Amino acid sequence: MDQFTLNLLFVGASFALYIGIAIWARAGSTSEFYAAGRGVHPVTNGMATAADWMSAASFISMAGLIAFTGYDNSSFLMGWTGGYVLLALLLAPYLRKFGKFTVSEFIGDRFYSPTARMVAVICLIVASTTYVIGQMTGVGVAFGRFLEISNTSGLLIGACVVFAYAVFGGMKGVTYTQVAQYCVLILAYTIPAVFISLQLTGTPIPALGLFSEVSTGGESSVYLLQKLDQIVTDLGFASYTEAHKDTLNMVLFTLSLMIGTAGLPHVIMRFFTVPKVSDARWSAGWTLVFIALLYLTAPAVGAMARLNITELMWPNGTDAAAVSVETINSDERYDWMLTWQKTGLLDWEDKNGDGMIQYYNDGSDAMAEKAAANGWAGNELTKFNRDILVLANPEIANLPGWVIGLVAAGGLAAALSTAAGLLLAISSAVSHDLVKGAINPNISEKNELLSARIAMAVAIAVATYLGLNPPGFAAQTVALAFGLAAASIFPALMMGIFSKRVNNKGAVAGMLAGLIFTLVYIFLHKGWFFVAGTNSFPDTVSGSLFGIQSTAIGSIGALLNFAVAYGVSLMTEDTPQEIKDLVESVRIPAGAGDAVDH
Amino acid sequence: MADQTTNTKAAEDGAGYWKANIRMIQISLVIWAVVSFGFGILLRPMLSGIEVGGTDLGFWFAQQGSILVFLALIFFYAWRMNKLDKEYGVEE
Repeated sequence: MDQFTLNLLFVGASFALYIGIAIWARAGSTSEFYAAGRGVHPVTNGMATAADWMSAASFISMAGLIAFTGYDNSSFLMGWTGGYVLLALLLAPYLRKFGKFTVSEFIGDRFYSPTARMVAVICLIVASTTYVIGQMTGVGVAFGRFLEISNTSGLLIGACVVFAYAVFGGMKGVTYTQVAQYCVLILAYTIPAVFISLQLTGTPIPALGLFSEVSTGGESSVYLLQKLDQIVTDLGFASYTEAHKDTLNMVLFTLSLMIGTAGLPHVIMRFFTVPKVSDARWSAGWTLVFIALLYLTAPAVGAMARLNITELMWPNGTDAAAVSVETINSDERYDWMLTWQKTGLLDWEDKNGDGMIQYYNDGSDAMAEKAAANGWAGNELTKFNRDILVLANPEIANLPGWVIGLVAAGGLAAALSTAAGLLLAISSAVSHDLVKGAINPNISEKNELLSARIAMAVAIAVATYLGLNPPGFAAQTVALAFGLAAASIFPALMMGIFSKRVNNKGAVAGMLAGLIFTLVYIFLHKGWFFVAGTNSFPDTVSGSLFGIQSTAIGSIGALLNFAVAYGVSLMTEDTPQEIKDLVESVRIPAGAGDAVDH
Repeated sequence: MADQTTNTKAAEDGAGYWKANIRMIQISLVIWAVVSFGFGILLRPMLSGIEVGGTDLGFWFAQQGSILVFLALIFFYAWRMNKLDKEYGVEE
């Protein structure tokens, strides 16, 4: 059986499983559509939230970004896990106690203002849509590879599948489907990592393998990370384990990802579906357990893949001859390069015509001399999209065909589950908060569901269009979405619980200040509405407006949100007594009932 | 009169519970910040002497250690708060 058939088999089987579960647990009423009747156990909920959370960004993109940058991209690892501490300590139990369906309902009630609710809805839609753009980038890579077509066709087919999938059921269908997706996803991520870790270090646990010695054959032993540092610096690249990015940006970027995690609607919504307040606390812990299984493996995947790729390009060491074009075309260990070339995301060119492909950093001064001496005419591995690394990883390590099929299924599961969760959050924001809450309060349940589905269709169309020309790699685009959520939603929720003084005017002013500041800053560097070429500043640290890169600006936006909200609240009237009572009641778990609809 | 006394007592208990909660949150968040922003980024140069598997302790904290500490923090907080709920009689 060839690899294409095998991939199709794995992807097909996993999809049949998800769709089967979705039909079996189809959502009947509106409340089931949004919050699954609250009958979900913390462990089950944790697993489903983990699947929802770990998207194309975590599964497909993150290890690739770590692989090619090393230590500097540790921000992704700390940021996307550290946010759960904020969520568990500062938000989840209180929002569960409050007992409504959506984040914007809390903001609307706590700040006793339909305007605040509308502003929150807009913030949610902006952040979620940006997030879906990142997902669609990943969907394009995954579908492109497994159907062996171009990235663009992959994206268009993927968009149709995501839409059909999300329309199928509400949260209830999605909760159990996502438990299945989590299992597929985590197996697909760890199995190849275990194989590779065994190959390189003899340790079956990748997280330990990362810090182990590599088998060199001889009696001299060297640590994996030392070997990697050596080989990449020999080729003129920045060392893997040292810090190169400026500390301020790294801190702000990590903080932005952390705060954003705790401000994303599709994650917070999950904590409305557990039976009790104490379960909301446990649920956040279980979610992080299931996420950590992947996040502890990811840095090992990145480092080991970087080592494997570099050694494949320099099979006899960096001082000997590079791999020849003929070997790439004939040796089966290089088959992955030929299949990935079809997607347009990987390419090479024998610039100096010596029949070999020299892969090195042609921007490095130290390499210029060596290149001149050897007659190299620049880096010949001309294109290596970071987002392909995880999907290509089992092929690079020459693992069996079924592992490659499993990884294809896992990548699709990751992208689909999150895209579905986000579309659900967007559609509930539009139908429940915007249409039912503001435009037509007497809308029938049937029409509410209809408007939810129309909202999904529009969101996916916009995301697909922008996904064709994305503002960055999947995880980078997703990082922008986190910045937006960090600057707008998280501060409002936190102040709503921890302060009785912040009033309606303060909250509205704070959210608007945070959102507009962050969005404009991102657009100034990434192009207006992410249209390439319309940016006023280059998207680099040194060229940026305040010396802060656009992915890290969310933390400044959040600080601005807090400052404006407090300032405006102190200058205007105090909150009414019933709001102070509401805050008091949210703070203690006693008396939490089932969710009530508006 | 009797009602008022109960109310005041409940309010005092509520305030005590919230104060204890805030203290727990503060301690937890200090640890959260020290392992990630501290050991993982800002204090990494100070930890560079401590070797871990071919690199230094700061690198380990940035890529693995902080995640493990985050996990421990959330479970500790959940366990401590659920106990606190019962002590103050505010559990569900």
